[in-house]
Amino acid sequence: MSSVFNWVHEHQAIIYIVVLMIFVGIEVIGSVPSVLHTPLMSGANAIHGVVIIGAIIVMGKAEADNYLALALGFLAVVLGTLNVVGGFVVTDRMLEMFSKKKKSS
Amino acid sequence: MEFNILSLIYLLASITFIVGLKMLSHPTSARKGNAVAAAGMTLAIFGTIFLYNEEGDPLGNYGWIFAGLAVGSVVGTLAARRVKMTAMPEMVSLFNGMGGACAALISIVEFDHLMHLLDGSGVVILMLADGPGALLGLVIIILLGLIIGSVSFAGSMVAWGKLNGSLRDFSFRGQQAFNIGLLFLIVGLAVYLVVALPANALLFFYVIFALSILYGLFFVFPIGGADMPVVISLLNSFTGVAAACGGFLYDNKVMLTGGILVGAAGTLLTILMCKAMNRSLTNVLIGAFGGNTATAAAGQSQGSYKEISLSDAAVVMSYANKVMIVPGYGLAVAQAQHACHELEKLLTAKGVEVGYAIHPVAGRMPGHMNVLLAEADVSYEKLLEMEQANEEFPTTDVVLILGANDVVNPAAKSDPASPIYGMPILDVELAKHVIVNKRSMKPGYAGIENDLFFRPKTSMLFGDAKKVLQDLITEVKNS
Repeated sequence: MSSVFNWVHEHQAIIYIVVLMIFVGIEVIGSVPSVLHTPLMSGANAIHGVVIIGAIIVMGKAEADNYLALALGFLAVVLGTLNVVGGFVVTDRMLEMFSKKKKSS
Repeated sequence: MEFNILSLIYLLASITFIVGLKMLSHPTSARKGNAVAAAGMTLAIFGTIFLYNEEGDPLGNYGWIFAGLAVGSVVGTLAARRVKMTAMPEMVSLFNGMGGACAALISIVEFDHLMHLLDGSGVVILMLADGPGALLGLVIIILLGLIIGSVSFAGSMVAWGKLNGSLRDFSFRGQQAFNIGLLFLIVGLAVYLVVALPANALLFFYVIFALSILYGLFFVFPIGGADMPVVISLLNSFTGVAAACGGFLYDNKVMLTGGILVGAAGTLLTILMCKAMNRSLTNVLIGAFGGNTATAAAGQSQGSYKEISLSDAAVVMSYANKVMIVPGYGLAVAQAQHACHELEKLLTAKGVEVGYAIHPVAGRMPGHMNVLLAEADVSYEKLLEMEQANEEFPTTDVVLILGANDVVNPAAKSDPASPIYGMPILDVELAKHVIVNKRSMKPGYAGIENDLFFRPKTSMLFGDAKKVLQDLITEVKNS
């Protein structure tokens, strides 16, 4: 049990980030109008694509003869990139419609 | 020095995520917000590639990394550019699934790596360096990333399949109990793996992986198609948490901030979406659109309805003072937004006041109709939100419903037994005349009969929305 406490103690900074980010996340989108629910969800979807950074680290650390790590790492990089790039492009396309509407009105 | 620059880059990226998300929640700044977050992400990715190092060793395998980035970027951009506006929701779900799978893969590789360390003398070094708690923490986080990532991946794939129509709702007796049992089994195995760390840990790990995928499938399968946006939003926040697990694993602040931010915002967004439909999250997840309610609804009404001819409909609308158009998923499917705008312009030219009544959950996702009509250059002021529209209906002569169904179903107000009871609806009945365009008498997405179609004020105009609108345009021109 004490090892768990130790672990918490050693990672306090990270635990603080988690707690504070939960509040920031809730606060930041608190007043979103329902029209923007879909683009906001799509934008958030693109942001959690940061997982790509983990994939890059996995890939970059893999030894040249560890084929499992290389193959899975490569797949992870591809999927992560899909999430990031696809996510931002789709969001931009949705929002493009909104901005066009603003101009014509 | 380089590593310090990377820390600064991560800090900047984290700030762009927060600011980006903030800007995304306001109509005027939303597009810029998306660009800001994307810029931060690019910075973080390239910073990681070139500046990241672990105890002095920089990353290798650049060829693989760039090849992966290139493949992902090209495919992602093409897919996102080519997708039709109607298919946007399923695209989001698909991309979300990719993120979940990515998190799960990271966990698989890292666990495999950890097991190799344990086989050798690595474990001793690890223990001495970080204390015995480090190993425990590491395994917990890897498992969390694996489970959440896999559930999100499998669930998103089902949601994607359901939205594009290739998968149907599927549930069996006692599925709730089965799901809960499955979840307990996963957690139990995970706890055992963490506490005992048995010799065949890898086997346990893959069993947990397989069960998590299975749970993801069974979690989403029984949920009705109309609730998919809520589910996607929930899975979106799951993937955020999975990404944050990666942040823990690598002590990487930007993954942690981004992941937790999306996890929290996604959860709130899920709740907000439920509120827009006036339902609770548990209600969505347990599934109010179950078999028993559907049979109850099927038993009632089935009166007679009357049809209206195209020319009559054209005449009624041309000589009206005020026409309200209620768009729904049928309009989106038929890609009839341009024809709709044309009819609106034609009627306006004839001196008819035309407005659009937009229900917050019309179509498949909140805001779906706004995006669609904006694409056809319909002016912003003509789009009325539900409360405004409901004030307009008493003075409206003709309401033209284009492929909307559940959002105008009076059962939501009058029938406590109805699965959509309590959902705010558009009070189209207050208008003098209601014309409903539908492809057939088939019930809407919630799978329930709509009493509105059998009311004396209502006339039906069957056919594909685009075809009907084009014919109406011709008729209005002639009349």
